[in-house]
Amino acid sequence: MTTKTGTKITTKRVVCYINQFFAGMGGEEQAHVPPSIRPGSVGPAAQVHSLLGGEAEVVATVVCGDSYYGENLEAAREECVRMISEFKPDVLIAGPAFNAGRYGVACGDVCAAVTGKLGIPTVTGMFSENPGVELYSPQVFIVKTVDSARGMKDALGAMTSLARKLLGGAPLGAAKEEGYFSRGTRKNFFHEASGARRAVDMLLKKLAGTSFSTEYEMPVFKRIPPAKPLGDLKKATIALVSSGGIVPRGNPDHIRVSSAESYGVYDISGLDDLTPDEFESIHGGYDRVWANEDPDTVLPLDVMRELEKEGVFGKLYDHVFTTTGTGTAVAHAERFGREIGERLKRDGVDAVILTST
Amino acid sequence: MVREIENAAGIPVVQIATIVPIMLTVGANRIVPGVAIPHPVGDPARGGEGDRAVRRQLLERALKAIMTPLEEQTVFTF
Repeated sequence: MTTKTGTKITTKRVVCYINQFFAGMGGEEQAHVPPSIRPGSVGPAAQVHSLLGGEAEVVATVVCGDSYYGENLEAAREECVRMISEFKPDVLIAGPAFNAGRYGVACGDVCAAVTGKLGIPTVTGMFSENPGVELYSPQVFIVKTVDSARGMKDALGAMTSLARKLLGGAPLGAAKEEGYFSRGTRKNFFHEASGARRAVDMLLKKLAGTSFSTEYEMPVFKRIPPAKPLGDLKKATIALVSSGGIVPRGNPDHIRVSSAESYGVYDISGLDDLTPDEFESIHGGYDRVWANEDPDTVLPLDVMRELEKEGVFGKLYDHVFTTTGTGTAVAHAERFGREIGERLKRDGVDAVILTST
Repeated sequence: MVREIENAAGIPVVQIATIVPIMLTVGANRIVPGVAIPHPVGDPARGGEGDRAVRRQLLERALKAIMTPLEEQTVFTF
């Protein structure tokens, strides 16, 4: 868009990011190319330029190989941000990546980095199952697209229209109205009907079996098929994990009392009991009186050691993993689980007992 | 966390906690209901030995769950 600053007219500046394929360099055989920047619009960026209708112009296009970005995440990110900053854009438009995983991650990552470092809005576009959506939708405006480049025209139209709004052209509506993946943020506004009225209306629609949309979506949790049971307990190594916040006194790893973003790994190989002299609960979501009198009531080391000594099972794994499970983001909890699971697999652990408060 | 450990390691994970619907929601497959939120594997009101006996019973139940073949999420109450 053009705005008058005194007598000077300034046109908003757009930089685009695309991969080697859409730049016409080639497919997989060119996916290793490092980032480069070209003045003006290249590939789909030319369409972006024309859709902007003179309100803004594409001043440069960054091109980077998908494998290069994926394999050199930090270097690629840094180089792209540096190149982009030199063109002083008002907005970055990346992709669309459709269902291309590496391209989606590159688009999401460069957008998140540019917003973070340069403080300008960024827009990209992806298919719902692109891994870039889960990774970057909280930080980046990601327009919903179909899974392949046959949806290019619609994707660019939606991305450009959103970019124009972000440049200050019009107020931004809810994710659903604007066609981007929810960033999980809420905007307060005055509704003409009270909450009670809207809730009852929703209930009536539900009872009547007609469609309605919730104002507070619950997270969708995944399921996995149950792992196979153990064949022989007497040879099994078992690990203890807990989200009950039991840590060595003083909380040496500074795990947060709630909304944890980390977990601790503590050596218990020489211990038969968790005593209040050495351990404490730092969990911010329950009354810690009992846990601080006897941490074993949350993280049951004493009896596990007893069962191990009696030969009920083979061996207790020599470390415990603990965090505080209160207000913890699902994404963090899933990451803790993945990391702990990978380590236990590497160390040949056969089963886990996980206690939660 | 439970689900992802099981997924990443490919080994059975049994969760002991008090609010069963939450364990079902987060996708735990082997579930043992605990005593109370602040002391899932103990009952301090029963005193030292009683507390320890409750803990032992729950852990033996958890070991049983680890040995049990499953098709779906299962709550082990005995």
